[in-house]
Amino acid sequence: MHDISDYLTADHHHCDDLFAEAENAVANDDWQTAMTQFKAFEAATLLHFTREENILFPAFEERTGISHGPTAVMRSEHVEIRETLQGMTDALASRNADVYLGLAETLLMLLRQHNTKEEQILYPMADQALADNAGVMVLEMEALTA
Amino acid sequence: MAESGLSYDQGPPFGAPLRYFLVAPLFILLAAGLGTLLPDWLTTRWSPISLALTHLVTLGYLAMVMLGALLQMLPVVLGTPVPAVRLVGWLGLLGLSIGTPSLALGFLLGEPLWLYAGIWILAAGLIPFSIAISVSLIKTAAPLVAWPIRQAALALVITLLLGILLAGAFASLWPVSAITELTALHAAWGLIGWVLILIIGVAYQVVPMLQITRPYPRWLTHGLTWILFLGLLLISVATQVESMASFGLLGTLLLSASSIVFASVTLRLQAGRRRKLPDTTLNFWRFGLASLIFSALVFPVLHWLPEDWTDAAEISLGIAFLLGFVASVVGGMLYKIVPFLAWFHLKTQTHAKVGSIPNMKQMIPDNLARIHFRLHLASLALLLPTPLLPTPINRYASIAGLLLLAASAIRQWLNLLQAKHLFLKHGGYLD
Repeated sequence: MHDISDYLTADHHHCDDLFAEAENAVANDDWQTAMTQFKAFEAATLLHFTREENILFPAFEERTGISHGPTAVMRSEHVEIRETLQGMTDALASRNADVYLGLAETLLMLLRQHNTKEEQILYPMADQALADNAGVMVLEMEALTA
Repeated sequence: MAESGLSYDQGPPFGAPLRYFLVAPLFILLAAGLGTLLPDWLTTRWSPISLALTHLVTLGYLAMVMLGALLQMLPVVLGTPVPAVRLVGWLGLLGLSIGTPSLALGFLLGEPLWLYAGIWILAAGLIPFSIAISVSLIKTAAPLVAWPIRQAALALVITLLLGILLAGAFASLWPVSAITELTALHAAWGLIGWVLILIIGVAYQVVPMLQITRPYPRWLTHGLTWILFLGLLLISVATQVESMASFGLLGTLLLSASSIVFASVTLRLQAGRRRKLPDTTLNFWRFGLASLIFSALVFPVLHWLPEDWTDAAEISLGIAFLLGFVASVVGGMLYKIVPFLAWFHLKTQTHAKVGSIPNMKQMIPDNLARIHFRLHLASLALLLPTPLLPTPINRYASIAGLLLLAASAIRQWLNLLQAKHLFLKHGGYLD
């Protein structure tokens, strides 16, 4: 069963699409659209983090007994990503396309490496460790809203 | 499995891959200089200068960047750190930096001692490196990602062993029959087994990541590198067992067809990308993939070409594959890897706020990367047809092409140095 992997990986792709829309809008100097798309991207990303930090990680840590392992690394990477998102919000507010695009490039690398680690390693581990409860957990994560 | 996941934030220190990346362009510069002074490479790939240049480019530049990038990438995509990464990093770097010029000198002077010294210095650097990455390739919890890299690592070892065998034959340490056939195998395992399979394995990860494209189709990621591996086995058997000689052509066609499939699928994915911004790395990729398709079309044609044309076509093929395809992709990737690592390590080391340190696009500005790309294109536009041109026009075209190649290497080197300079200036340290 890959319920957890499938659900959270699809969530990653959803965030990626919103990211690209916002970036394309900034590159086209369309600040109105950029603002809307960025807010949507930011909200989706933060919601994704909440799904992991409030539901997946605690369940994984409890089941496997590993609390200073991959989940700790993922939490600390979330902090870095949140901080970069804040920098992008500031750049949007001051309509500074160069700073926004530079940070967007940086964030994308940060985010996609982070996602790769989760998709290749953490989620498959979670699929295995939490197989008996995966369906319920996916519903719980889906029920969370911004 | 859980245990391997425990340590998966452990990338190497910045200095480990960065040193590889900063040394690499100097080898292109050296190759361009030698190629200008000694024009014999235009006539046949078997001339001493051709062999020297081939190894300066493949080992000094391509393997240098690829090994540096592997040190960085493996912990991220496999979730397992490379053991003793500092030591292994230094051994690989020194092995390539000292072994490659020694090997090239051996070819140039026809001096077995230099050749022999070169190959053993290379082996002393690359064998510990291969063992260390094998450990993380075996321990990984992500086997699907690991397979192409495992195949590539195995091909690198086979290439090295064939190289040792050939160098020993040149040094008259042992007799080797069929040197031409073994050389062809050495090249095939090196260029297709190690270089192409590794690029494909890396592309599966980075192409969707960099431009936000759909992922590669499953039928491709599950089968393609195995077909390439099979093609290599077929041409290996064909050269060694006379009754199976016809397998050689089949193997060649498999290799060409797989390369074209990989390049076409990648170009299609990139065409449907979600990020629409102009991007120099993307330009490098697209030009590289077009060169791969060109090389894959020329490769089987060599079988039927009239003998008068073979030498020139082989040299053009070598230029198209090594500089047109591999050097483009590798050079393009450095413009993502180096600025990101400079930013990331600076951020981690200094705990600076996001806005107070240079972001990726400030580490190496787009316009500087674009100059490198244009010089690279211009040099290839001249170098690719050069072997086919009549004398003395070929001589002038090659000099102009090599000077442009040198200029592109210098631009690349300065671009990479700029990221290092900004990293140090903002309080980063190399350990």
